Amino acid sequence: LITRKPLAAAAALPGVGYLLAAQLILFSIFDPTFASVPNLLNIGLQSSTLLLLALPMTLIVMSEGLDLSMGAVLGLAGVVLAMVLVRGSALPIALLAALATGQVFGLVNGLLVVFLGIPPFVATLGMMGVARGIALAVTGGQSVVGIGEALPAMYASSWVGLPFSVVVAACAYLLFHWVLYYTRFGTYVFAIGGNRESLTLAAVSTNTYHVAIYALGGLMAGFAALLLTGRMNAGHPIASIGMEFDAVAAVVVGGTSFERGNGWLPGTLLGVLTIGVLKNGLNVLAVPSSLQVASIGLLVIVALLIDSLRGRT
Amino acid sequence: VIAPATTAARSGISADVEALGYRVAGVLLLSIVLAVSSDAFLTASNVLNVLRQASLTFLIASGVTLVIIAGGIDLSIGANVGLSACIAATVIKSSGSIVLGVAAGLACGTAIGFLNGLMVTLLRLPPFIATYGMLWVVHGITFWYMAGETIYGFPPGFRTLGSGYVLGIPVPVYLMVLALAALGVLIRYTTYGYELYAIGANGEAARLSGIPVSGRRNLVYTISGAMAGLAAIVYLARLNSAEADIGEPLLLPAIAAVLVGGTSLLGGVGTLSGTMVGAVTLTLVLNGMNLLNINANWQPLVTGVVILLAAWIDIVTRRRVESKA
Repeated sequence: LITRKPLAAAAALPGVGYLLAAQLILFSIFDPTFASVPNLLNIGLQSSTLLLLALPMTLIVMSEGLDLSMGAVLGLAGVVLAMVLVRGSALPIALLAALATGQVFGLVNGLLVVFLGIPPFVATLGMMGVARGIALAVTGGQSVVGIGEALPAMYASSWVGLPFSVVVAACAYLLFHWVLYYTRFGTYVFAIGGNRESLTLAAVSTNTYHVAIYALGGLMAGFAALLLTGRMNAGHPIASIGMEFDAVAAVVVGGTSFERGNGWLPGTLLGVLTIGVLKNGLNVLAVPSSLQVASIGLLVIVALLIDSLRGRT
Repeated sequence: VIAPATTAARSGISADVEALGYRVAGVLLLSIVLAVSSDAFLTASNVLNVLRQASLTFLIASGVTLVIIAGGIDLSIGANVGLSACIAATVIKSSGSIVLGVAAGLACGTAIGFLNGLMVTLLRLPPFIATYGMLWVVHGITFWYMAGETIYGFPPGFRTLGSGYVLGIPVPVYLMVLALAALGVLIRYTTYGYELYAIGANGEAARLSGIPVSGRRNLVYTISGAMAGLAAIVYLARLNSAEADIGEPLLLPAIAAVLVGGTSLLGGVGTLSGTMVGAVTLTLVLNGMNLLNINANWQPLVTGVVILLAAWIDIVTRRRVESKA
């Protein structure tokens, strides 16, 4: 979708729209409790952390990049968050520490990709090892427990009748939507993947914005640690390993392509929901969680097939 | 029609030898440092252990080397080794036949590689996303297949493949040399090898000069999968036990070995001998950390840093070569 108008793009609904609809219908038939409000809220709960990663991942993929370190960085930020909380610091300070951790990794990712010219999948693979190594070494591979009451209480709270994490995810989506479609930065994101040269010729410091895209990814991974740690009531070094794959899958299923800055943020939201619904539905059908991972891979291929059959790539 | 960078790399065997010389010198230097800092390093058992470990890393990394030379990447190799080893293990246990087990492991690895090839060539997915997706698909299937079980205790004949010795040298080392020779001949002395370099240097030019690019690329992913299958057999024979997560720690070292060995991420440049030296280098680093009692949890970090440094050096030298040309 080359158009920058979200509504015009929706007219050419990508395969993910049909996938999501088909899943909703199928799972409702197989299981009457699937379409209940508690279960739908549950899907929202499970999807919120993923959305926080998939939003910046969309921007990164649009810049013809990738961030394989996101899951590991999320794990490390969670460990940092939990350790600061265990030491008795206030929640905002712990959150700041987690954000800073994510930010540093995102920044280094960006510098490696943009200024050293290392292909993104290798740069972020290396950083994945670094983040994972630090998280494992600092914790000895154990969960960091005893994080106090503040975070779990906040996670369990609800705002305007919706779970805390769903509200946070919704706010994050609105913010990213605004940034991508209504700010200069958003325009530059489209141009960095689509027509980088013209951006440079227009005297925009392309490299700075390109690094900023990766930095944003790290920052959001740090922020997502808030939800993940709240949900697990502990900081775990490797619980989130591989979550970046779900995020990339959501982005690709949602119709953002690795070429020419073709991105569509509402598609990413649909992609995240599709993956959430798929996991939830497979749970309902008692499919083991190990096979759910495999089914996400299959989902990506099906979505891409539908799109290529309909003449979009 | 072969791009300039390729010609330089291929005709300039002396340049290759020189580059290899630097790497071997690096290995020697590292060995001296380790020998000085740890008494345990220069013992026969430790040296053989390093060689055996390096052979395993090389077997996995050799296929990836070919893929990267052809301008692609295979991130699924670690997971591939995991599933292939688990399948080989169950077949040996249930049938009692070593041959059947080895065949099953090789077939599994090759099939995964072939599917990677199909995703890249038929579905036109970018290689890093196709093989990364495959990583998690295979990972999921392995955990489902094993259902938390550990399979252990294999016939001595099978275990020889991983932990046996011939003339005092570990069997995996022979396999490494064999793989180096076979794949080395393939990429140095066959048309297919030339075509891989050409595709990696400039895929579009290769297509226009009549090379069936899709078929050639499909085959290179299949080879990578087959090598992962072979590595799985050796790994299983050495561990003497199979669990769902045994392939997980293998991806980063394999990629690091390829990059340290001087194969360029940009495609069209690389040697298998370099990858072998890279595998030895990386094994020495990790072995040294063990000997110096550094917590094994730091290993992913060190491997990650090695990958980043090697990739950085690759990009810098490649830029220098291209600005000269």
